[in-house]
Amino acid sequence: MHNLDDVNKASLRDDIPDFRAGDTIKVHVKVIEGNRSRIQVFQGVVIRRHGGGIGETFTVRKVSFGVGVERTFPVHTPIVEKIEVLTRGDVRRAKLYYLRDLRGKAAKIKEKRESTAK
Amino acid sequence: MSTSQQKNVKGVLGEKLGMTQVWDADNRLIPVTVIKAGPCVVTQVRGASDGYEAVQIAYGAIDPRKVNKPMTGHFEKAGVTPRRHLVELRTADAAQYEVGQEVTVEIFEAGQKVDVSGTSKGKGFAGVMKRHGFHGVSSSHGQKRNHRKPGSIGGCSTPGRVFKGMRMAGRMGGVRHTAQNLMIHAVDVEKGLLLVKGAVPGARGGLVLVRNAAKGA
Repeated sequence: MHNLDDVNKASLRDDIPDFRAGDTIKVHVKVIEGNRSRIQVFQGVVIRRHGGGIGETFTVRKVSFGVGVERTFPVHTPIVEKIEVLTRGDVRRAKLYYLRDLRGKAAKIKEKRESTAK
Repeated sequence: MSTSQQKNVKGVLGEKLGMTQVWDADNRLIPVTVIKAGPCVVTQVRGASDGYEAVQIAYGAIDPRKVNKPMTGHFEKAGVTPRRHLVELRTADAAQYEVGQEVTVEIFEAGQKVDVSGTSKGKGFAGVMKRHGFHGVSSSHGQKRNHRKPGSIGGCSTPGRVFKGMRMAGRMGGVRHTAQNLMIHAVDVEKGLLLVKGAVPGARGGLVLVRNAAKGA
């Protein structure tokens, strides 16, 4: 059976940093208004990475004026200018849906301590 | 159908490779089916002596030992190696084709509308909800073991029979279907690939026939 790697290769991006659920990231999104475009930054906690290959997506959650906002992006989408990883989170789940029920200090994710053991 | 009304039909046989997604120029996500189409070869041109205008194209490699004598002779007459699949396209401009000529994906261009025919996936013996999209029966309101049934299939002593063609449960799928007016997103001439927006009938690896759209301009 043929696979579609050849077709997908053109769309795959290799400039995406490694990040996982629990990390706090800044997503620089290209927004087109009429005929000019600008960059909008969406900063929050990654609560999931879903799927694989060209169809992989991730969801970023932030609390804006007391309202939780979640945005899902395809990992390889061209509308994302760049992704900055701010902190690595120390979490024990791959999907952090429990954050939706927590607010304030309880919804804070511990920062991962870099392991010194070699 | 008279010949004067007939359109110029271009077509190519190919194999469905599967579906994926690509982004277009406006960064919108487009679901596409990838079809490995061609190269096909013209094995016969029908004209005045046949009473209709058509071009016969062949596609796919086959072991020559598997081809029977009549077919071997047919391919020999055309001067080409035997192919697995043959299909005839009725087209007004059949006279412009030559036997032995190659037909590739180059006949299509991005943005064009096409019809794609193939054999749909077999679903086995399917009920009316799956096969014909019936709504079934209520899940509550006193219904018992009655949820996916068709309901009434006709009258009583008048007409005293069930009308022919009444939609009922039965074998579903595994028949030829055509998806019409699909847009070609991109053509890869080098690899012989067509990227068609949307789904096409059949399983991966299945034979499909891509023609320019019968409907519309």
